[in-house]
Amino acid sequence: MILDSAAFPSAAVAVGVAVFWMLAAMLSLFESERLRLVNRVLFPAAALAALLLAVVAVRAIAQPAQSLVVPLGLPGLPFHFRLDALAGFFLFLIGIGSAGVSIYAAGYFERETPQRLRLIGLQYHAFLAAMALVVLADDAYLFMLAWESMALASYFLVTTDHRLRAIRSAGFLYLLIAHVGAIALLLCFGILQGGGGLDAYTFEALRGAELTPFWATVAFVLAFAGFGAKAGMLPLHAWLPEAHPAAPSPVSALMSGIMLKTAIYGMVRVIYDLIGDVTWQWGLTVAITGALTALFGVLYALMQHDLKRLLAYHSVENIGIILIGIGLSMVFIATGHPAAGVLGLIAGLYHTLNHAIFKGLLFLGAGSILHATGLRNLNDMGGLIRRMPATAMYFLVGALAISALPPLNGFVSEWLTFQTALQAALLADGVLRSLVPLLAAMLALAGALTAMCFVKVYGIAFLGQPRAPRHAPDASRQRGDAGFHERLGMAWLALWCVVLGVFPSTVVGLLDRVAVSVTGHGLPRAALDSGWLWLVPARPEQASYAPAIFLITILIVFALTFAGVRWIWHGRLRRSAPWDCGFPEQSARMQDTADAFGQPIRWIFGPIYRIRRRVPAPDDAKPRFELEVADRLWHALYLPIARLVDWVCARVSLLQQGRISIYLLYSFVTLIALLLFVR
Amino acid sequence: MIDSAGIAFQIVQSIFVAASAPLLAGWVNQCRAWLQNRSGPGVLQPYHVLRRLFHKEAVLAENASPLFWSTPYIVFGCMWLAGGIVPVLATDLPFAPAADIIALVGLFALARVFVSLAALDIGTAFGGLGARREMLVGFLAEPAMLMTLFTAAFISGSTQLTTIVESLAHREFVIHPSLAFAAVAFLMVLLAENARIPVDNPATHLELTMIHEAMILEYSARHLALIEWASAIKLYTYMTIGIALFVPWGIAQGSDWGALPLALLALTGKLAVAGAGLALIETVSAKFRVFRAPEFLSTAFLLAVLGMLIHFLVRQ
Repeated sequence: MILDSAAFPSAAVAVGVAVFWMLAAMLSLFESERLRLVNRVLFPAAALAALLLAVVAVRAIAQPAQSLVVPLGLPGLPFHFRLDALAGFFLFLIGIGSAGVSIYAAGYFERETPQRLRLIGLQYHAFLAAMALVVLADDAYLFMLAWESMALASYFLVTTDHRLRAIRSAGFLYLLIAHVGAIALLLCFGILQGGGGLDAYTFEALRGAELTPFWATVAFVLAFAGFGAKAGMLPLHAWLPEAHPAAPSPVSALMSGIMLKTAIYGMVRVIYDLIGDVTWQWGLTVAITGALTALFGVLYALMQHDLKRLLAYHSVENIGIILIGIGLSMVFIATGHPAAGVLGLIAGLYHTLNHAIFKGLLFLGAGSILHATGLRNLNDMGGLIRRMPATAMYFLVGALAISALPPLNGFVSEWLTFQTALQAALLADGVLRSLVPLLAAMLALAGALTAMCFVKVYGIAFLGQPRAPRHAPDASRQRGDAGFHERLGMAWLALWCVVLGVFPSTVVGLLDRVAVSVTGHGLPRAALDSGWLWLVPARPEQASYAPAIFLITILIVFALTFAGVRWIWHGRLRRSAPWDCGFPEQSARMQDTADAFGQPIRWIFGPIYRIRRRVPAPDDAKPRFELEVADRLWHALYLPIARLVDWVCARVSLLQQGRISIYLLYSFVTLIALLLFVR
Repeated sequence: MIDSAGIAFQIVQSIFVAASAPLLAGWVNQCRAWLQNRSGPGVLQPYHVLRRLFHKEAVLAENASPLFWSTPYIVFGCMWLAGGIVPVLATDLPFAPAADIIALVGLFALARVFVSLAALDIGTAFGGLGARREMLVGFLAEPAMLMTLFTAAFISGSTQLTTIVESLAHREFVIHPSLAFAAVAFLMVLLAENARIPVDNPATHLELTMIHEAMILEYSARHLALIEWASAIKLYTYMTIGIALFVPWGIAQGSDWGALPLALLALTGKLAVAGAGLALIETVSAKFRVFRAPEFLSTAFLLAVLGMLIHFLVRQ
């Protein structure tokens, strides 16, 4: 096979795919009513290009790194591209994820007007290209260029419905935090470069730069905060639950599924690769932040009744889980246990891939619900499994996967994270050794809460009786199940949920190469030689997991019982009204709502929410129960900062008098001052 | 890793667990009846119930989806698999490496999620109530269970249940204080996960307090039979996990057919005592209000974490 040969220009093809997406972005501008160019040609073509990218990327993981220098960019600093194992893994993620989303988008945007489609097509494909370039970039300038293009393209996608005020302000918040993060990254690259010309900004030079421990720590903090802001890490998460739901669903899928992962890529690239020597203090910071982020995300997700907002909070949670894995990996590597450290890194990266797949799938499912019913509020849904059986099936796969249930993919990465935490016995420091299992406990709690949350989502939206929406949606938008393209996109991602869940050792084998290229260490031989069926993190007698046996046994027992019961006894069945303990009156309003389902959580974890409740008095003629759950951090952290900025601005604005003579006076005074003090 | 004798042993154990699980449930009920000065229905009653249910015509609500009727089979499959993985009679099971303790907890979670979803499927008030409470109990019990198992995993340096049992049963006798904490925590989790008093009451249809029963109200005939059977296997599996972790002596090492009678005898004895103990607990304690369950289970969680920390402290 030609792709096997080392001479195959993987890096060039990968850059070519990004250029193709850029081209598709330009072509979108020629959209017209007659052509239907974007839907019929560009989205499917982008999906095919994504597949090509995935194939090339997966090959590149096994090959030595390839570099490419393109004479564009700054004079003295041409664009450097590099495709190594880490970049290959993330390009694979982008390829697999965006292939499903693009084909889905071809169906989802079918009814848009050409004017809107032009802009959506432009920004969508530019967004894809920018994400690929972030991963491919091998110098700080190209990286920041791609990073900012990604932020801007996604900003315009978020504000697609910019006529709504709420969406404009969500977009603004996103742009603001994205830029605070970008400034941190810029400073981080500046520190890493540490003096020198423009060519000191290539990653090659940054890798070689020697930093004192102090400056290395400063660079770590800046990179962690900068990438964390993009990833939605606590406490920089506030934009995420606002911006992701505001965007059209395929865009939400891209943002939650893939864009957040570029931040994880950046973190691994800068901290492991560019800064190099990690310390256990950094690792503990990352892991504890991750654990808090995970718990915070899931606890707030349980309070939501807007489906897309709920999914966005789950993205916060999953970023936390990824950070636990990466943080533990840094702790172990820094304390001289590379095998355990590599396991943590693999767990984190595996979860990165898994989250891209299942969160993409879930957002697409939410989009199909929105399309078919016009509903986003869970409290208005119900019984959709009977109206949209295909969407219901794919959504169930996604829901089980995100709930970390075997044998799907979410479980594998959480299992690996647990296995990493269980290596804590290796650690010499007593405090560290007791802290690491506690992180595992928090992960267990977050995982179990996720299962509760998705029982709520699935049970309220798809099961039960249809609830009467309080605001009747537009009748013209009422449709049946998702269309062909939408189903194809969801089926693709659902398939990967199963594949990544049932064949984990193949994926771990690939990730091992990534780990070798990033840290210089790999998993022990015993772990890699165990065959495709068995996933073994260290030694077979220590721990192993075979999801294929899981799946096959459950399916066989299912079939045997199903047939056996009919063969021994009978298969007679009668349909009748529900029993419900004999209560005669049953209406759809007697079912649990999404908020009711979260009530025990509100009761147990009350202090972490900011709850406003209005309970009707016993003698109210028109009783109304009102409940509002808000983000405590928003009020405790963001609003004070906003007020402080307002206050400072008000003081600074005293300088602005709007008269040119006064400005000239300022210039004059400044000049005099400079002449006096600067010699 | 897999040979034919091993597979035969595997199948024998799976069938043995599935077949004897209702007996344990019957024994617990009988003991409880004796303790409460009733004569009791006899230990074979669960078999009669299952047979009767299988004979009946299944009634399904009009709006039940495929998820509803397939759930009993899925849950039964999960419990069957769990019963095959736990070392009940011997430690050398070819399928045991397929799932370690974390995967086992995941398997129970999978079954729980499906039952809860099925409870929400019909859209009755009780189904939703049961599902919500079940998930509440579940998310509190699952971390506690994992922490308990982690304590044992730290002691034996493995999350593989067979390895844990071998290292606890066949090495020299060492007292692990951490295991005492873990045992108490495990007992509390067992009560909660198997819908026992004081968290839930398996014998009542009192609408304000029921959890598990509320979820399966809409099931009848073969579907109900499979769910009941799966619950019995779950109780059996939990008890054997507890036995494997805390009193593992007597289990056959490897798939040695000669040691089987002794292992069987030891197991029967231990299960009889454990079942009687469970009946005693259920007799002397009263059911909690639903909102006391979090306190109960967070106590279990804290005990398990304490056990783990003590393990690290003592080791130094």
